[in-house]
Amino acid sequence: MSEYVRNIKLTALALFGFSIVGAFLLAGTNDLTWPAIEKSERDAKIKLIAQVLPAGSYDNDLVKSTRVLPADPLLGLRKPAEYYPAELAGKTTAVVLEAIAPDGYAGEIKLLVGIRPDGQLTGVRVTSHNETPGLGDYIDIAKSRWILQFNGKSLINPQPDDWKVKKDGGKFDYMTGATISPRAVVKAVKNALSYFAQHKAELLAQEVNHGK
Amino acid sequence: MASEIRDIIINGLWKQNPGIVQILGMCPTLAVSSSLVNGLSLGLATTLVMALANTAAAIVSRLVPQAVRIPIYILIIATLVTMVDLLMHAYVLQLYLVLGIYIPLIVVNCIVLARVEAYASKHGIFHSFLDGLMMGLGLSLVLAALGGLREIFGKGLLLSGLDLAFGPAANAYVIHVLPNYQGLLLAILPPGAFIGLGLLIAARNRIEHIRAQPARTTNLQPETA
Repeated sequence: MSEYVRNIKLTALALFGFSIVGAFLLAGTNDLTWPAIEKSERDAKIKLIAQVLPAGSYDNDLVKSTRVLPADPLLGLRKPAEYYPAELAGKTTAVVLEAIAPDGYAGEIKLLVGIRPDGQLTGVRVTSHNETPGLGDYIDIAKSRWILQFNGKSLINPQPDDWKVKKDGGKFDYMTGATISPRAVVKAVKNALSYFAQHKAELLAQEVNHGK
Repeated sequence: MASEIRDIIINGLWKQNPGIVQILGMCPTLAVSSSLVNGLSLGLATTLVMALANTAAAIVSRLVPQAVRIPIYILIIATLVTMVDLLMHAYVLQLYLVLGIYIPLIVVNCIVLARVEAYASKHGIFHSFLDGLMMGLGLSLVLAALGGLREIFGKGLLLSGLDLAFGPAANAYVIHVLPNYQGLLLAILPPGAFIGLGLLIAARNRIEHIRAQPARTTNLQPETA
């Protein structure tokens, strides 16, 4: 019996010992690498946001000025996301919103939408999607320049009724064989513009509060 | 000693190849072998973890009680994988951007645990290290071949995705194997992975069969004569 108990104790001790050593190794590595990882994640995020903003149109720290965007069905958001105001010499030049197109061919398409205070788009980028490789994935800037046609568009250019792909009688190009993905993106961008039009005051007003 | 080392190398790369003979660790193998760069990247990351895990397990094997060896090995592997993940993210960002998404997958790759349990727990430190390295390289070869096959038949390209590691300039290295190729979606989607792996296993069996053939006929001839 004592042999049996001793065995159990040794086993438990070994398991405990390995767990402790493992935990310390991980904690040490985490401490060591944390500053470098945080910096590279910030850089990656800034690079992503900067893609939808014209070069030289902002001089603020985009990540630091991040603000919370409440969940809103127009943006396809089920939980609060973030938005990033771009400022040049203290004046807001654009706002970058996170939006989701819920009706992609394979699930959600996540977007960053840059909008100027006058309602013109500075740019749109797809940040994550599961569209079919080789078919619907041309919405991604890495695969084609399709997404660039949104630059400079607004709710009055083209008219709201023309915010559709050409196949549906609208003004936006698409590629044969994959209309569901671009249709979802066009709709989501239009919705983001409507959201901006409705909440313009709050989106831009928060700037002023932030400035104080 | 020398022949033992040769055996380890041959076992890892061919005789006991984890990908096409042991058929272990299929989940990440089938999931990410959609291109040569993807396949090779996951393979090399797995190789690194296998070599480290085998070495660590061989060092501590005497301290590990028989009854709880599996949880302890999993603990060791998970710790190592997380450390590799963090260190790569912090110090080799470019490489991490390509391999990063695959590294956590390695924890659940049963080939790592299989080698620790079947080999490293019973052998010396150097041999265990070499076994992990060679088994990993064997898997890398299969992943690279499978990824290359699927990429050629799926997109008519080779080496696409290299720009993730080396910047847009690397797009110049992308080889258009089949110009003006329309692409075969089947090869890129999951069934392509199963079909491709099946073909690789068949090819290996065929080679083994042919190699075994002459020996058998020379053995048989005296009997029939």
